[in-house]
Amino acid sequence: MTEPRHEPMSTPPQAPEPHVNRPAQANATPPAPGGSPAGGAIAALSIQGLAKRFGEKIAVDGVSLEVPAGSFYGMVGPNGAGKTTTLSMATGLLRPDFGAAFVHGVDVWAKPLEAKKLMGVLPDGVRLFDRLTGEQLVTYSGLLRGMDRDVVGARVTELLAALDLQSDAGTLVVDYSAGMTKKIALASALIHAPRLLVLDEPFESVDPVSAANIRGILESYVASGGTVIVSSHVMDLVQRMCSHVAVVAGGRVLAAGSVDEVRGGSTLEERFVQLVGGGHRTEGLEWLRTF
Amino acid sequence: MVAHLLNLKWRLLLNGFKRSPWQLVGMALGLLYALGVLTLLVGGLVALRWADAGIAHTVVVLGGAVTVLGWAIIPLVASAADMTLDPARFTTFAIPPRQLLTGLALAGFIGIPGLATLIAALGTVGTWWRSVPAVSGALLGAVLGAVTCVVLSKVVTTATAGLASSRRFKDVSSIIVFIPLVLLGPIMAGVVDGVRGSAEYLPALARTVSWTPFGAPWSLGGDLAAGDVVAAAVKVLISVATIVALLFCWHLLLQRALVTPPYSGGSAKKGGKLGLFGLLPGTPAGAVAARALIYWFKDPRYAASLVIVPMFPVLFFFAGSQSGGYGLLMILGPLTAFTMAWSICADVSYDNTAFALHLAAGVRGLDDRLGRALACLAISLPVVLLFTVAPLFVTGDWHWLPNLLGLSLGTLFTGLGLASVISARYNIAVPLPGDSPFKKPPGNVAQTLAVQAVGMGLLALLLVPELALVAVQAFSGGPEAGWINLAVGPLLGLVLFVLGVRLGGKWLDARGPEMFAQLSVNR
Repeated sequence: MTEPRHEPMSTPPQAPEPHVNRPAQANATPPAPGGSPAGGAIAALSIQGLAKRFGEKIAVDGVSLEVPAGSFYGMVGPNGAGKTTTLSMATGLLRPDFGAAFVHGVDVWAKPLEAKKLMGVLPDGVRLFDRLTGEQLVTYSGLLRGMDRDVVGARVTELLAALDLQSDAGTLVVDYSAGMTKKIALASALIHAPRLLVLDEPFESVDPVSAANIRGILESYVASGGTVIVSSHVMDLVQRMCSHVAVVAGGRVLAAGSVDEVRGGSTLEERFVQLVGGGHRTEGLEWLRTF
Repeated sequence: MVAHLLNLKWRLLLNGFKRSPWQLVGMALGLLYALGVLTLLVGGLVALRWADAGIAHTVVVLGGAVTVLGWAIIPLVASAADMTLDPARFTTFAIPPRQLLTGLALAGFIGIPGLATLIAALGTVGTWWRSVPAVSGALLGAVLGAVTCVVLSKVVTTATAGLASSRRFKDVSSIIVFIPLVLLGPIMAGVVDGVRGSAEYLPALARTVSWTPFGAPWSLGGDLAAGDVVAAAVKVLISVATIVALLFCWHLLLQRALVTPPYSGGSAKKGGKLGLFGLLPGTPAGAVAARALIYWFKDPRYAASLVIVPMFPVLFFFAGSQSGGYGLLMILGPLTAFTMAWSICADVSYDNTAFALHLAAGVRGLDDRLGRALACLAISLPVVLLFTVAPLFVTGDWHWLPNLLGLSLGTLFTGLGLASVISARYNIAVPLPGDSPFKKPPGNVAQTLAVQAVGMGLLALLLVPELALVAVQAFSGGPEAGWINLAVGPLLGLVLFVLGVRLGGKWLDARGPEMFAQLSVNR
C-alpha cells in the first residue's frame, strides 16, 4: 500500500504557491530515489514531485505517486486535471520543470533509453504512423526497440489475434476506426513485453467486446507480475478493474492508495465527486424542466 | 442568423492568428504577397481604362471566365476547400436552409481568396470608367461575378464532398495537381505563343464566352460601354439565372449531404505483407529506413516531391530549347542532389506527433537519423547519378563528367548530413499528416524561412571545396580539377554525412522531448 506524498516543490522561488486545501494524508517523508516508503520492494513507477508549467498555467503542481510492482493502478481526475501531462513526464515524453520519475529504480530523465526499455506507453492524443498497415505499425514498434524480427513476427500475429484485428491487419491505419486505432496503438505498446505499462485513456472509443478483451489481457499481465497504470474518466471501470487508485485534480494528488482505502465506504464515484468538488448537480438549470 | 454566421467566420479567422505571434508574422508575409499580386491586378485593370474598348472587353471577359473556372476547379483538385464553415457542422442546429445558404455564401467572402476576388472584380469598374451606364454595368457585373465564383465553388465542393473525403482521391489529386503547377512556365509560354498566333481569334472567343454563365457577368461593363443595352440586359438575366440555379443545386445537394454523411472506409485487408520491413535489416535503423521509404511512396506530402523531380529535366530541356543552349542541363544533377537531400529537413516535422513512438520506444538518435538519411539516399542516389550523366548525352561535354559527379555526390552526402543535424533541432512548418501538400501549413512559417536560409548558407560553405574545383575547371579548361573533385566530393561528403548523422543523433538524444513538444504545438 502507498501513501501519497506532498512535499513542497524543491525549488521554491519559481514554485507556485501551495494550495490551501491540501489533503489531510500529507506526509513529510523525503523521497528516496526509486525507493518505496514501505522499504524493500522497489516501486514499478515512482513519481516524485513532478511539476510542469505551460506559460501562466500550472498544469502539474508537484505530483508524487508510488505505483507498487504488480499493481493495477488507476489514475482518475476531471478534464484538465494534469493526468496526461503527469504521465507524459513519467514516460520521458515531456521534460518536467521539477521532480523526477523512476521506473523500477531507473531514473527516466537520467537514463532515458534504459528506462524506456522497461516501459510500454500508450500516449493519448498523438498521431500514429498511419500510412503503415496495422501489422507494419506493430512490427515497426518492435523493431525500433531492437527486437529480433522473427520474435516480432510471432508476437504481432498473436497480438493482432488477441485484439481482434487480424482481419484488418493489412489495412492502412489511416483507414481504421477510432477504436481500432486505439487497439493498434495498444499492441504497439505491448510488443516488447514491458514490465510496466502506462496507458493514457486506453478504453476511449473502444467497443465493449474489445474493452473486455483488453481488460482480460491486462489482468493476466498483472497476474503474472506486470504493472499497469491507466488513466480514465470511467470511475466504475477503475473501481472494478484496479487494485490502486489516485485521484488527481488541479495538477495535484488529492488521494492515493488501494481502491478500498480511497473510496472508504462509498463508491469511488461518490468519493471522487466529494474530493474534487463540484457536486452541485441539482441546482440551477430549472428552465431545462420547462419544455 | 446570417449575421451570426458572418460573425462566426470572422471570429474563426481572427482566432486563427491568436495561436502564436510567429504565425501572425507568417500570415503577414502571405498577406503582403497577396496584396502585391492584387495591386498589380487592379492596377492592370484600371490601366485598361485607356485601352481600346474591344481589347478591354476581351481581357475582362476571358480573365473573369478563367477566375470562375478556377473557383470551381482549384478547391477540388487541391483539396484546399475552406471547410471552416463545413455545412455538416450545422446539422444539429436546425438553421432555416435559406438563411444557412445566404450566410455561408457571404461568409465565403471573408478570407483572402474571397476578398481578393471581390476586390479584383471591383477593379473592372475602373476599366469601364468611361460612361455612367458602363460603370454601373461593371459594378453590377463585378458583384454578380464574384457571387457566382463563391457559390459555384460551394456547389462543386458539396457535390464532391463524398469523393473528396475519400483518402485515395485526396492522395492522388493532391499529387497530380503538382504537375501542371511545376510546368507552369512551359505551359504559359505555350499559351502565350498560342495567343500570339490567334490574336484575332480571341475577341471572337470572348464574345462567345460572354454569352455563357462564365463570362456573362464580366461582359456587362463592355456591352454598356458599347451601347448594346439589349445584350447587357440578356446577360444580366443569364448571370442572375445562373446564380439562382446554382443556389438551387447547392440547396438540394446540401439537404442530401446533411442526411448522408460521406462514407469513408476501405475494405478490410488481411495481413501477411510486411513489405520493406521484411526486406531491410531488422535493426532499429533498418526499421526507420523501411518506414521512411514506405512514406516516400505512400504519403502524398513526400510523393509530391518525388513527382516534382522528373519535372526538372523537362523544365531545363524546355529552357534550353527556348534559349538555344543546353548548358543549363549540366546543373541538373547537383540541383537534384540538393533538392532531394534537403527534403529530409522536413522529415520529423512530417511525422508530427507520431514521433512519440520513436521517443517512447527509446530509439537512439543515431538510428533515427541514419534510417531517415539512408532511406532518402536509396531513392536519390540513382536519380542523381542518372541526372548527372544523362544531360551529357545532350551537351556532349564528357570532359565535365568527373567534376559533375564529384559535385553531385558531394552535394548529396553533405546535404543529407546537414539536413540530419538541422532537422534534429528545428522543426519546420509543413502540412499536417493527411492534409494536402498544398495546404497552408500551420505554425511558424517565419522561423522556417529563417532556419532554411541559414541552413542553405551553411551548405554552400560546406560545399566550397567542390564548387572551387568546378570553378578551376571552368577557368583552366583542363580535366585535372575534375578528377580531383571526383575523389574530393564523395569523400568529403561521406565524412560530413557521418559527422552530421552523429551530431544530429546526439542532439536528438538530448532534446527529443523538446522536439516532441514543438511538434505537438501543430496538430
